[in-house]
Parts: sequence; structure tokens; C-alpha cells
Amino acid sequence: MTTLNTEPNVSVPDDFYQDLIDAHRDLTEAQSALLNARLILLLANHVGDLTTLREALAAARDDLGAVK
Amino acid sequence: MKTYTHPVYEYVGAPDTGGAPRHWPVVVAGAGPVGLTGAIDLGLRGIDVLLVDEDDTVSVGSRAICWSKRTLEILDRLGCGERLVQKGVGWNVGRVFFRDEQVYEFNLLPGEGYRRPAFINLQQYWVEQFLVERLGELPQAELRWRSKVVGVRQEADRIALRISTPDGEYTVHADWLIAADGAHSPIRNMLGLECEGQVFRDRFLIADILMSSGFPAERRFWFDPPFHRNQSALLHRQADDVWRVDFQLGWDADPEEEKRPERIVPRIRAMLGDAAQFEIEWASVYTFQCQRMRSFRHGRTLFAGDAAHLVSPFGARGANSGIQDADNLAWKLELVLAGQAPEALLDSYDSERTEAADENIRHSTRSTDFITPKGAISRTFRDAVLGLAKRYPFARALVNSGRLSLPVTLGESPLNTPDNTGAFGGGPIPGAVAIDAPVAGPRGKWLLGYVDGGFTLLCFGNAVPADALRSLARDAVACAVVQVGGAAASGACLIEDSEGLAAKRYDAMPGTCYLLRPDQHVCARWRAFELGAVRAAIARATGKPAEAARAAA
Ligand SMILES: Cc1cc2nc3c(=O)[nH]c(=O)nc-3n(C[C@H](O)[C@H](O)[C@H](O)COP(=O)(O)OP(=O)(O)OC[C@H]3O[C@@H](n4cnc5c(N)ncnc54)[C@H](O)[C@@H]3O)c2cc1C
Repeated sequence: MTTLNTEPNVSVPDDFYQDLIDAHRDLTEAQSALLNARLILLLANHVGDLTTLREALAAARDDLGAVK
Repeated sequence: MKTYTHPVYEYVGAPDTGGAPRHWPVVVAGAGPVGLTGAIDLGLRGIDVLLVDEDDTVSVGSRAICWSKRTLEILDRLGCGERLVQKGVGWNVGRVFFRDEQVYEFNLLPGEGYRRPAFINLQQYWVEQFLVERLGELPQAELRWRSKVVGVRQEADRIALRISTPDGEYTVHADWLIAADGAHSPIRNMLGLECEGQVFRDRFLIADILMSSGFPAERRFWFDPPFHRNQSALLHRQADDVWRVDFQLGWDADPEEEKRPERIVPRIRAMLGDAAQFEIEWASVYTFQCQRMRSFRHGRTLFAGDAAHLVSPFGARGANSGIQDADNLAWKLELVLAGQAPEALLDSYDSERTEAADENIRHSTRSTDFITPKGAISRTFRDAVLGLAKRYPFARALVNSGRLSLPVTLGESPLNTPDNTGAFGGGPIPGAVAIDAPVAGPRGKWLLGYVDGGFTLLCFGNAVPADALRSLARDAVACAVVQVGGAAASGACLIEDSEGLAAKRYDAMPGTCYLLRPDQHVCARWRAFELGAVRAAIARATGKPAEAARAAA
């Protein structure tokens, strides 16, 4: 049974996507990487449940091999 | 060194150099904290034990400083915990800094009602000296200095050891050998065995400095501080105004160069400020590893302490876990030597302590990975955690500069009798260490003081009938009964739960019984006493096969 919600859940998807890109504007690559890391940590804490987080990690890693 | 003069222990010509080799029930190789603890425990159990060490003094240089609550409890049982506590310094507050600011502080204050604090700090040589002195009080234990094990032969029913001394070599025989001969374990090599794991590609300058300063007794840890860019640093207080400083140097540092005072002094000045007055007591450069042997038992040889497993010092698990190895092993050897338990009981030493080693290695690897991130992305996450920790409490939980060394719960042990389903909602589970609590009674003010060397049934209220009590006391593997509160039962040691904490910590109701092993780990518990169940649990905890356990019931 999966607990990770992979159905549409963000209220205004286009707004969120734009905010995400905007958040990185004018940042160096290192700053961007740091922002991403902080964001992941903040969101992970919000989710809290380890099972869900592990599913997200697995989903994020899935088929990366093929992308290379 | 100004604050400590290493004792020089005299070599005494061994009485059994000539003639037929003397036979010992147990020989312990290595008088470090682990070998000493094991020999004291065995000596207190009335077992003739020979402890040999190649050197003639205690630990030299900057090694262990943090001794955990569990270590103190074990040494209390062995009669020398108080000396450590008297000499050591207590600390509760830890501060973590990132770059130029404090990101958080923690307080270990364990809550009232425990005899011992979470940690004390004390230089390893003091601890070893106290242990040597304690050992000297035991007629059963003999410690021979400048006596080096140079050969080991496992024979069918004994071990033959070659001992090299200033007077030449001689042989001793033993039923069992405890190899507590340290990280490089010559005995491990002689037996062709290995320690496997990972070496961290980093170097650390570890120095002890003498400084009477106004600094409080707290642990300070810096990530990437202005005085030591891109690396970590640690400051920790020990006894006699000695402070431990620790600088991460990186893999490319030249260890010989870094040990020179001309290099060290400016580093410390940068950390403590120009006004600081200090003298260097000792300095070394270390690399660290996390490794263990696949098995801690090889026939009649039992590996313990650094010989069996190695961790990085972040989290203070080396000596503390080694002392728990000795604590786990001594009572098992006693029972096997007395013919009251099968040799298979010693396999549980292996399974329990490898489980513990794995947990310690896991913790210490995680701390080391946080302190020494491998690769750019690890470092980014590490810095993200530290950056968030100042503002957000959740991130503090992720900061890992070493986790508190707690005793491992031996939850998977075959010696445990599982709980009846749903019987307990709290309290220490089978495999966990018994929890201390303040009590009133004939043998002192602390509960753990009543669990001192044999099996103990801790029961709440007058739960054990007098005839059952007598039977338990007369069994081959005897079991003492300690009764908490209620009308006195004859033969039980009666104590009062003076602050109500014992009942609370053990999730106890009238009739609740906990069976504690000689090393104070819980091995079974029930809501009501039943003689057969207790006997079966003791049979199981002494490694007897299931049929024997059933027969005991
Ligand atoms: C910088 C640093 C900081 C540390 N901090 C902590 C801490 O805060 N808390 C903690 O718990 N641990 C800490 N440790 C780890 C701790 O020092 C070790 O885990 C501990 O000393 C292990 O004890 P031991 O008895 O197994 O081995 P050792 O202390 O190494 O003793 C082995 C003994 O065996 C003897 N020996 C060796 N070969 C032979 C032979 N062939 N024959 C006879 N004798 C022999 C040696 O002379 C030695 O006395 C730290 C270590 C370091 C390096």
C-alpha cells in the first residue's frame, strides 16, 4: 500500500511551478543547491511520516539510470 | 604532562615460568578498560583469572574522556563507579555552532531519580588506574605487567598461550581466553582473523591542554568556524583543568607536521582567543574507522572491546561499548565454567554484542558522515540542516555531532522470553537494561544496587510465595527476589519505592515481576508470578535448549 499521494494535490499547479522557478532567480548554482536542500528538509519535516518519505525518495530515484 | 604522572607497575617474575604450565579458568589479554572490567567482574565471581598486559602503565595520550551512565552503573556493580564520579567532571550543556554563531544548545539533564548522570568526563588513564586498583583488591585476580601474548594455540579442550616477559617466555593454559588486546589485536592476527569495515578519509588533531579558564563545563562543537574554516572543532572539559580540543584536518594534512607545537598553538589560540593561557599536555593526529569482526567468539577465544569492534569517537561508544561487552561476558563464563550452562551460552555473547556493535557502528558512522560529509551534495544537505537549525527546531534534531551513547537493547536476543501479547504498555522490554530508580532499603538508595551479580526477580508487592522463594534460592542457577513494597515475604529483600518512580518506570501493578540477568538486562516479565515460568525463563536465559527450559517449568 502506498501512502505517497501522487495524484494532483497542489491547488494552483502553474502558480506553484512559477514560484519554484522564481525562488531560484539570481542565485548561484551553489545557492540554488542549498535552497533545494532546505526546501526538501522543510517539506520532509512537514510530511513527517518515514514510510511516505521513503516512497518519495524511491519515486524520485526511479528510472534515473535511464536518463543518464 | 603536568596533571598526571603515569604509574609504573612493577613486573614481577611469574611464579609459573618454570615447570608445567599452570591452568587458569580464564586468561584475559590486555589491561585496557575492557580487559580490566572483565577481570574484575570474573574475580568478584570467585573465578581465578589471569590478566596480562605487554605494557607497565595505564593508557598514554588523549583517548576516551566521556563515560556513559551505563558504564558508571556497571562499575558501580563492580565497586568502583564512585571513584570515577568523584574524580570526573559532570556536564549537561552542549552547544553547537555553525560558522560564527550558535545554532542551538541542548541539555542532557536526565531528570531526577537516577543515581548516575548521562555522562561524566574523565581522562582514560584515571579510569584505568582506578580499575587497576580495584582489581588489586581481589584475591582471585592476578595482573601481570610486561607480559605479552606472543602465541596462541587453540586445543580441543583448552587454549595454550605463550607469554613473553623480561625473563623470557613461558606457557599458560586456559579454558577460556578473553582477547581485549585493543584495536590492533595481535591475538586476532595470530588466529588469522580480520576486522572489516570502513576507514574514514579524514584526520583529526586531538590535543589535551591545561587551562584554568572561566569556561563552563560544557561541550562545544563548531561546524566550519571562522577560526578553522571548512572543518569542525570540538572543546570539552576533563578533570584537573584539562580540556580536550579536537580539530578536523582533512585527509591531506601531514600528521607529523600537525603534531608540532608550532602548528598546534596558533590553532588553539584562534579557537580560544589571544588572552587564553594554556599548556599542551598531549597531542596526536588520528584517523578513525568503523569496523568489526564477523564473529566475537572463535572457539575458546572471546574478543571484546576495540579488538572486536572499532568506532569513530563521535558519540563516545568505544570504551563504553567495550565495557558492556565485558559485562555481558563475565556472568556467562561463570555459568559455563560452573557447568550450569552449556557452552552455547557463549554464542549469545557473540550474537548480542555483534548486534550492539552494529548499532554503535551505525550511530557513529552517521555522526562521522555528518561531520565529514562525503561529496558536494552531502555537504550541501549538511549546511542546509545547520542553516535551518538556528531558526527551526525540527532541523536541530538532524544536527549530528555525536549521539548520546545509550546501552543497546538486546531485543533480538535468543535469551529473551517474549512478553505475553498486550501484557505491558511500558517499562523496559526484554533485552533492555533495567532502569534505575530511587528506593529505600537495606542496601542503599538505588534500585540497581539490588541487582548485583546473579539473576534477580524484581517483583512489585508480595507476589512470590515463601516456598517458591526458597526454591528459587536453591536452584542450581539461583535467583534472588527483590520485592518492591507490600508486606514483607520471608527470604525476599524488601525495598520501598520511596518516590513512586520504580513502579512508574517499570509500568508495574501489584504482582508484576521482572526477571533480570546478572548483567542487569531484563530477560522476561510477567503480570503475575508463576514459579514454572520463572524457571523456564532462567533456563532460556542460560542458553539451555527449549526442552530443558520446558522441563524446568
Ligand atoms: C581520540 C579518542 C577519543 C576517544 N573518546 C572516547 C570516549 O569519549 N568514550 C569512549 O567510550 N571511548 C572513546 N575512545 C575509544 C577508547 O579509547 C577505546 O575504545 C578503548 O580504549 C578500548 O579499550 P580496550 O580495553 O578494548 O583496548 P585498549 O584500551 O586499546 O587496551 C588494549 C590493551 O592490550 C594490551 N595489549 C596489546 N597487545 C597485547 C599483547 N599481545 N599481550 C598483552 N597485552 C597486549 C595493550 O598494552 C593495552 O593495554 C576514544 C578513542 C580515541 C582515540
